[in-house]
Amino acid sequence: MENNSLLDVQHLSHMFHLKRKMTVKAIDDVSFQIKKGEIYGLVGESGSGKSTVARCIMNIYKPSEGEIFYKGIPICKNKEFRKNRKMLQMTRQMIFQDSASSLNPRMKIEDIVAEPLRIYSGKGRPGKKEIEKQLELVGLDRSYMEKYPCELSGGQRQRVAIARALSTKPELIVADEPIASLDVSIQAQMVNLFRKLQKEQGFSFLFIAHDLSMVEFLCDRTGVMYHGKLVEEGRTKDIFAHPEHEYTKALLAAVPIPDPRIERQKGEVL
Amino acid sequence: MRELLKTEHLSVSFFTKSGEVEAVRDVSLTVEEGEVLAIVGESGCGKSALCKSIMKLLPKTAKIKSGKILADGIDITDYTQRNMSRLRGALFSMIFQDPMTSLNPTMTIGKQIEEAVRIHNKKMPKKQVKKKVLELMQLVEIDEPEVRISQYPHEFSGGMRQRAVMAIALAGNPKILFADEPTTALDVTIQAQILDVFRRIQKKLGIATVFISHDLGVVAGVADRVAVMYAGKIVEIGTAEEIFYDPRHPYTWGLLQSLPILSRGKEWLPTLPGMPPTLIHPPKGDAFAERNAYAMRIDYEKEPPMFQVTDTHYAATWLLDERAPEVKAPIGERRYGK
Repeated sequence: MENNSLLDVQHLSHMFHLKRKMTVKAIDDVSFQIKKGEIYGLVGESGSGKSTVARCIMNIYKPSEGEIFYKGIPICKNKEFRKNRKMLQMTRQMIFQDSASSLNPRMKIEDIVAEPLRIYSGKGRPGKKEIEKQLELVGLDRSYMEKYPCELSGGQRQRVAIARALSTKPELIVADEPIASLDVSIQAQMVNLFRKLQKEQGFSFLFIAHDLSMVEFLCDRTGVMYHGKLVEEGRTKDIFAHPEHEYTKALLAAVPIPDPRIERQKGEVL
Repeated sequence: MRELLKTEHLSVSFFTKSGEVEAVRDVSLTVEEGEVLAIVGESGCGKSALCKSIMKLLPKTAKIKSGKILADGIDITDYTQRNMSRLRGALFSMIFQDPMTSLNPTMTIGKQIEEAVRIHNKKMPKKQVKKKVLELMQLVEIDEPEVRISQYPHEFSGGMRQRAVMAIALAGNPKILFADEPTTALDVTIQAQILDVFRRIQKKLGIATVFISHDLGVVAGVADRVAVMYAGKIVEIGTAEEIFYDPRHPYTWGLLQSLPILSRGKEWLPTLPGMPPTLIHPPKGDAFAERNAYAMRIDYEKEPPMFQVTDTHYAATWLLDERAPEVKAPIGERRYGK
C-alpha cells in the first residue's frame, strides 16, 4: 500500500478561527490515498470542505490535526517541508477554478508558462521552443505566446493554466473545480484534455468538482464529501452504480438528464 | 393561446472600436402565454444580447438595426427608456445569473422585495404591502418568511438569494419573464431545487418565460420549446421533445453529445472542435461550417435558410435540403443507468 500510493492523507482535520471563541470545523477526520497515475475525484457541495482539503495538500493551510504523506514525507511538519521544499514545489502543481484571477493579467502567455521553470529549473528562462511545446500539449498554437490573458476566452485561459502547471513535469496535480465556470461544450473539451495529458504524462490527479457527470467520466476513484466529512469513497463505477450514503444519492439525482420525459416525471414526483 | 412576445427579423449590433459586432442576426421567435421558451447556446452566441435588446437594457453602443419587437401586441421597437420603465417589472421582468450582484447588500431582503412591490402599487397601504411581501416569499418557497424578511443577503445561501431575486422579479405580476442563466452559479443539488421551484411557480402563474442556458441538460425539464442559438442566429427551434429526440442541426448534435451522460462508456467525450466565430465579420456562408463535421461545399458559400421539419420544428442546415446526402444523428442510445 505504502509503495504505490503517492499521496496519503490521514485523519486530516482543519479548523478556521473566526472569532475568539467561534471556530468552524471545515474538514473533520478525512483520510484517503491517491495512487501513482490515478485520477481521484472529490465531490461535494460548496462549503463541504473540498477546497480546504486541496489547500492542505498544497501546504497553503496548515491542518489542525492529522498528517499528509507525500511520497512518504510528512509534509505538514515544518522541518520536513523545508528540507524537501524544492522537490515538493516542483512536483505538485495546482489549477484553480477562476483562471481570470489566477493568471497575472500583466504578463504575456509565454512568460506565464515560463515562470515556474525559470524559478525552479536552475537553468534560467526556458527557450521559446520549450514554451511552444508546452502550449502545443494543451492545444494552443504559437500565436498565443504574445497575447495577454484578457485576450483569451475562459477555456483558453484554463488551457494556459494547465500548461503552466505541467511545465515542471509534476507528479501530482490538484485541480480545484477547473471546469465549473466553463460552458458545457468547453467542459467536455477540457475533460478530454485532462484525460489525454494524464495518459501521456502519467501524473496523479486530484479533480475537485460539484458536478458528478464529468467526474463519472474522468475519475478512477471518487470520494464524496459532506459537511467536512468524507462520507463515501470507492471506485467511481461502484459509487455510481450503488451509492450507499443518502447524500450521494441526492447528488446523483440532482444531475440534470437531457431528456424531457424523464425530467418532467422527476418534477411530478417531487 | 395568446402570443405575448414576438420578434420579427430582429438584428442588433454593437458598434465598438474594432468594428461592428453583429450580436443578434435576423432572429424571429414567439413566446405564448404560459409557455417556457429556452434559448441554448455557448457563451458569446448572443443569447443574453437578444434578451437585453428586448428589455432595452443594452448600452448605448448597441443599436437595433432592423426588425420589430412586439410585446403583448404592442410594437415596442422604438420605445424610449421612459416608456420602457413603465413596462419593466409590470409587463416583463428579469432574473440574472448572479444573485449576489443583483441584490443590495445593505438592505434587508424584505425591504428589497417591498421596494419592488411599492413601485408597482404606489397607493397600497403599509399592512397590505407587508402581506404581499410575505406572500411572495412563500410563493418562492423561502421557509420561515417572518424571520427571513428582516435578514440581509449575506445571511442567505446562494439558492435562497436566487429565490429572493425571483420574488422581486414577480412583485409586479409580470406577464413575461426573462431568466438569464438563473442556476449557472449554483451547485448541482441547489440547481435542482431552484429549477423545481421555478417550474412550480411558472405553472401556477402561467407566465410566458424565456429561459437562457448553456446546458441542454438543465433545459430538458423546464422548457416547452427550445431554440438553439449559434453566432447570433437561431439555428434550430422546436418543441423540447423534437429538439431532444429528433435534433436535426449538427450543432445541436454537438451540444447534446458533449453531455457526459449521453456518452457513457465511451473513452472520449465527443466535442465540437474549435471556437465560435467572432461576430465582427461573420464568415460567409454558414457560420457553423468551420466546426461542422458534415459541412458540404455549399455551407461555405451560402447561408442555409430555415428548413421546416414539422409545424413547430425548424432548422437552418443544408443537410435538410433534398439534394443533401442523408446523415443520421450521431447520438447514441440513451442509457442513463439507474
